[in-house]
Amino acid sequence: MSLNIIVLAKQVPDTRNVGKDAMKADGTINRAALPAIFNPEDLNALEQALKLKELHPGSKVTILTMGPARAAEIVREGMFRGADGGIVLSDRAFAGSDTLATSYALSAAVKKIGDFDIIIGGRQAIDGDTAQVGPQIAEKLGIPQITYAEDIISVDNGEVTVKRRIESGVETVKAKLPLVVTVNGSAAECRPRNAKAVQKYKYAAVPSEVASDEAKKDFIEKRPYLSIGEWNASTVDADLAQCGLAGSPTKVKSIENVVFTAKEARRIENNDEELEALIKDLIANHTIG
Amino acid sequence: MANFYNDNEALKHYLSHPLMQKIVELKERNFADADKYDYAPQNFDDAVDSYDRVLEIVGDICANVIAENAEEVDHTGPQVVNNRVKYAPATERNLDACRKAGLMGMSMPRRLGGLNFPITPYIMAADMVSRADAGFENLWGLQDCAETIYEFASEEQKQKYIPRVCQGETMSMDLTEPDAGSDLQSVMLKATKKEDGSYVLNGVKRFITNGDSDIHLVLARSEEGSKDGRGLSMFIYDKRNGGVNVRRIENKMGIKGSPTCELVYKDAPAELVGSTRLGLIKYVMALMNGARLGIAAQSVGISEAAYREALQYAKERQQFGKPIIEFAAVAEILSLMKAKLDASRALLYACSRFVDMYKVYDDIAKERPLTVEEKKEQKYYSRLADAFTPLAKGMTSEYCNQNTYDCIQIHGGSGFMKDYACERLYRDARITSIYEGTTQLQVVAAIRHVSTGTYLNKIREFEAEEVKPEYEAVKNTLVFMTQQYANAVQAVMGVDDTKYHDFMARRLVEMAGHIIMGYLLLEDAQKNEDFKKSLVVYVKYGEAEVARHASFIGNFQPEQIKDYLYTNA
Repeated sequence: MSLNIIVLAKQVPDTRNVGKDAMKADGTINRAALPAIFNPEDLNALEQALKLKELHPGSKVTILTMGPARAAEIVREGMFRGADGGIVLSDRAFAGSDTLATSYALSAAVKKIGDFDIIIGGRQAIDGDTAQVGPQIAEKLGIPQITYAEDIISVDNGEVTVKRRIESGVETVKAKLPLVVTVNGSAAECRPRNAKAVQKYKYAAVPSEVASDEAKKDFIEKRPYLSIGEWNASTVDADLAQCGLAGSPTKVKSIENVVFTAKEARRIENNDEELEALIKDLIANHTIG
Repeated sequence: MANFYNDNEALKHYLSHPLMQKIVELKERNFADADKYDYAPQNFDDAVDSYDRVLEIVGDICANVIAENAEEVDHTGPQVVNNRVKYAPATERNLDACRKAGLMGMSMPRRLGGLNFPITPYIMAADMVSRADAGFENLWGLQDCAETIYEFASEEQKQKYIPRVCQGETMSMDLTEPDAGSDLQSVMLKATKKEDGSYVLNGVKRFITNGDSDIHLVLARSEEGSKDGRGLSMFIYDKRNGGVNVRRIENKMGIKGSPTCELVYKDAPAELVGSTRLGLIKYVMALMNGARLGIAAQSVGISEAAYREALQYAKERQQFGKPIIEFAAVAEILSLMKAKLDASRALLYACSRFVDMYKVYDDIAKERPLTVEEKKEQKYYSRLADAFTPLAKGMTSEYCNQNTYDCIQIHGGSGFMKDYACERLYRDARITSIYEGTTQLQVVAAIRHVSTGTYLNKIREFEAEEVKPEYEAVKNTLVFMTQQYANAVQAVMGVDDTKYHDFMARRLVEMAGHIIMGYLLLEDAQKNEDFKKSLVVYVKYGEAEVARHASFIGNFQPEQIKDYLYTNA
């Protein structure tokens, strides 16, 4: 059976190569100093989707991403690696979204897409590290979820079998379609870009990217596969009260830079007293808290 | 993220060579595929943009998959299990990445599932793959064999096999036998025609790279009782039909990930390619020319890897209170390595452009008669490709051996240990000046173009080009070297003794090579300052080499040859 697969992907600042100027004085991320990349675990998720597409010929993989128009880069990257197309969910009304508002907007977009069998996303994004958005979407859509997936083994008779990473090892679980699967970084790496796909999709764009270029607009119009969807809050019938800052109960009180400076190792005996003393130390110097 | 394309400006430089526009326009038939295939380019800029993007994929896979796996592949290597080759697991991962990225059948036309890339960007990919792992280049690069099917096989065979290559099936060219190495006329593998017109193969092949491939091109004796090359024909053996077993694989010094097989053919069904009797004299010659260009790319890739390893080590290694790169003796080695690397690459891509030009005309000639002007160009480039291929294979493979030797030298005692990549590069390099024809055999192919003047004519063309004032001095040196070369050619050819010609041949070919590479770097340096240092260093080196050969030839009495020759007592 062929599947309709939605891959949730996020364009994130590359926090793996953080320099001194990564954070601004006000504690927010200095996006200009960090290159925007495809969230690593979302690439693991994409690989699972592309593997399912191979196992089930005729399946369709759609990338769904929320962000500014330039997040179309993420959709194109997905298309270069084998996705069939995608949608950028973009609206000023979504600015400042916490995970609750994000999952609300994304689930509204999923409802708008309508026909889907599996939603696959990365476990978490490297900028927020919450791992909340995937599960929240499942809740909002009222469908099952499998988290920490390492391998989507098969989809048969409306049932998916997934190997998931747990603290003490792996377990294999089953769930009914449709569902949300969030994929762990220990899953297979995403395949490379494909030479034909790169040549085919290099001019794919959202309407706002080509708005001022008639020739490009015309070129894309003649080739519908180059058209990346660009949806806003009203396209997905979102309730503005649940979007962006208005829909975000999370309030950041303050952010501080923690710089690890200790150079010497300290040996602790394996007993409750020493462990407790260590925990207190770590809380006191804000390493944990 | 590391990328072997983005970190190497020279590749982009050659991709933008002026001749590329003509190559691309011819190859794309003025972009006739633009609306037929969704991945075909619309125009020249679009095509180059596509090459650029695809080469970036190659650079990514080379840096992050193939190079990362190289050491493991070198240690694990392939095995024979139940008469079949089992690649090292990391080799499988390399192949998987290349297949998923669609990097197989790159130069094949779109109607057969290929990317329709000219040879030049394909060779750039080979250059990078070789830098990552020279042994893997053999498996990946054998997609070259599809060229021979495309050029000489029937339409039915093309439709049957080429799409499979583009999908990622591997190939091999089964030529060598225990008693037929450089001398392929002695091939004995027997092809027997059955009543239904099909053939079966029986016999043994040896030293077959990737000998358990999916699709084999096989040289076999179809004409019973014949003894020479004219009794040999070319066949396709499809592994799906069975009949060929791997008896053993060789335990080699280098390129250990590439299985070198001894094959036993037992009534193996095979299809004739083209006409009988043309196997060696036409098809293998074409196949070999493609393969030689591939080895030149492999050599350049290894040279690149060796230079980078040496440079990095020399910057990091501290002795006597400073990094060793600051010592003149070390710096000279590095500068010369870089000059030889850049000269090799300049020659490689000059050659690949010539190959592109004549091949594209050959292909167009199958569709329509060429105009008089086109025929003239086809002949011009065909001759240059013929002259530059053995020169490039010979010179670049020798330089890659020298560069890996020097790479170890820079590493000192550490380089002699198994801990650094340089020892693998040194072992991998060694085969490049041997297979697909030893350097000595490249000289045999090249010397014709010394005596008929192909090289000198091309050098005169270079000489006629205007250069910027600051390069006048370098050019004058090249003009002087050319005079010494022309004199040496005259002196040698003036002696009526073919043994003497053979004896001096390598010296003459090398002299031509130094001058040609000098001029190619001169052309590069005028467009891109990055080549200036290599130009100066290379011409200094070439000047001394040409003088050395000129002196040897000038001081040699033809009868002194007897002091060198052996007769089998």
